[in-house]
Amino acid sequence: MGMTFAQKILAAKAGLDSIDVGQIVEIEPDVSLSHDNTAAIAKTFAKIGVSNVKDPDMFVIVLDHTVPASEEKYAQNHKEIREFVQMQGIRRFYDVGVGICHQVLPEKGFALPGTLILGSDSHTTTYGAFGAFAAGVGRSEMAVLYATSRIWLKTPASFKIIVRGKLSDPVSAKDLILNIIGSIGADGALYKSVEYTGEAIDDMSIGSRMVLCNMAIEMGAKNGYCAPDKKTFEFLVNRAEGEYTSVYPDDDAVYERVLEFDASALSPQIARPHTVDNVCSVKAVAGTPIHQALLGTCTNGRLEDLRIAAKILKGRTVANGVRLLVLPASQEILLEALKEGVIDTLVRAGGLLLNPGCGPCLGAHQGVLAPGEACISTANRNFKGRMGSRDAETYLGSPATVAASAITGVITDPREFF
Amino acid sequence: MNKGRVWKYGDDVNTDVIFPGKYTYQPMEPAEMAEHSLEDLDPGFAKAVQPGDIIVAGKNFGCGSSREQAATCLKASGVAAIIAPSFSRLFFRNAINSGLPVIELAQGTDDMQKGDLVGVDFAAGKVEHNGNIYSFPPLPPEVLAILEDGGLIPHVKKVLSK
Repeated sequence: MGMTFAQKILAAKAGLDSIDVGQIVEIEPDVSLSHDNTAAIAKTFAKIGVSNVKDPDMFVIVLDHTVPASEEKYAQNHKEIREFVQMQGIRRFYDVGVGICHQVLPEKGFALPGTLILGSDSHTTTYGAFGAFAAGVGRSEMAVLYATSRIWLKTPASFKIIVRGKLSDPVSAKDLILNIIGSIGADGALYKSVEYTGEAIDDMSIGSRMVLCNMAIEMGAKNGYCAPDKKTFEFLVNRAEGEYTSVYPDDDAVYERVLEFDASALSPQIARPHTVDNVCSVKAVAGTPIHQALLGTCTNGRLEDLRIAAKILKGRTVANGVRLLVLPASQEILLEALKEGVIDTLVRAGGLLLNPGCGPCLGAHQGVLAPGEACISTANRNFKGRMGSRDAETYLGSPATVAASAITGVITDPREFF
Repeated sequence: MNKGRVWKYGDDVNTDVIFPGKYTYQPMEPAEMAEHSLEDLDPGFAKAVQPGDIIVAGKNFGCGSSREQAATCLKASGVAAIIAPSFSRLFFRNAINSGLPVIELAQGTDDMQKGDLVGVDFAAGKVEHNGNIYSFPPLPPEVLAILEDGGLIPHVKKVLSK
């Protein structure tokens, strides 16, 4: 019987010819990621009683969550991380300003097809866009990886999500994934490995595939996957840190569920407060007043996202009473966007450019919300209190929807500006 | 059978309401984390919770972030177990790794209400409420060993010392 992507990669990593769903294996990841939580992980690591990180080259550490430090306690946290990295000889360290970990790992060539990546961050699923098996783990688990390089994983059952048709601007991968999560629910793919396939996926940019895999966790998935193709290999030219071999599911693999969606029939989608699966069409909530619009994050802070927002905002201005925050996901993206004039357009329209990083997405700094305020955001979570006050509201939409809404000051279908 | 008083919550209780993101990157010990437990869901919980209390919730408990403090803070609050029809994968791992028993119970959680007494026999895989006995599937031995050692770090210390 054929194997799914998850079965194939976990079997290979465990040195087995075949593997059953539910089977527990002990494996060694190719790459492990941590970020601002590294100081806490280092403290847990110290409790194990092992003095040296077993394989320093397995770890990539990126400072991105509260960068640059807005308070002394964050500064102290970053300082401890820099000291730990130095002491342990961890070379793959990216300090404040390089970007969000989920953008930096692919840019620096660590997200490779057929590799197994674990990160102490739930959106580690993003690297599935490159054909990696990538999943989140906890801090204690990362500390154990420092000490032993090994961890147990359970082989998940798999879903196949087939997306037929083509997306057409301004409808994007974000609208598609919101629609998928809205239809199957926040636990619809709980513990599953989700393989995205079909014409719309083949047609998609790498950045758009990253959106789908990034948000796989928002339907409970263990990981997301897009089959590596020519676009993947082109992205990795002059980036890939080492050799790689792509892993594809067998044609006769067995899936727990096969779901089909039609990209061509899709309208702009939005997730209403306070759950990611509370999804409807943008039209259904059009006219809702907003106070802040956030363009950025590991979900939608890439060049294609900034470009479409700039296309909509060109020659227009952000509404009075609305703050448009722009956070490119990385330094590389910021430089490209500067070169293309995209940043110029966004700032002239009234956007406030912030440094690459997670920004206000997690409610720690750089534009948190007051009670009674509403934000439309390109991020991946809208939980109560996530962006500041527990009496604030966050709506999740595409970069185009965020740009259109920033112009009008109310939630707006971006097709009105196309 | 150990009995505990129930705190009852709904579906999809996420990690942000269990332990807000604004505290996530601050150095903090478990006792201080406990003071923020469920802060954005039930602000009275942290002060009123008693050692041995049990959280009963709806499906997909702990969805969202990988932040381990969501499990650590509840463990430090004295919560003896969490019972729900399903858990997010990350929360489930974090709870086991923190030495906090999590019980996937297919039936019975709808009837359990705030303040009820619920008995848990983890080894036998039984939950008791109002005279009804509910069974839950045992954890795989590899996972149970972590919980029995009090969490992942004590477990790994023990394994490495052998």
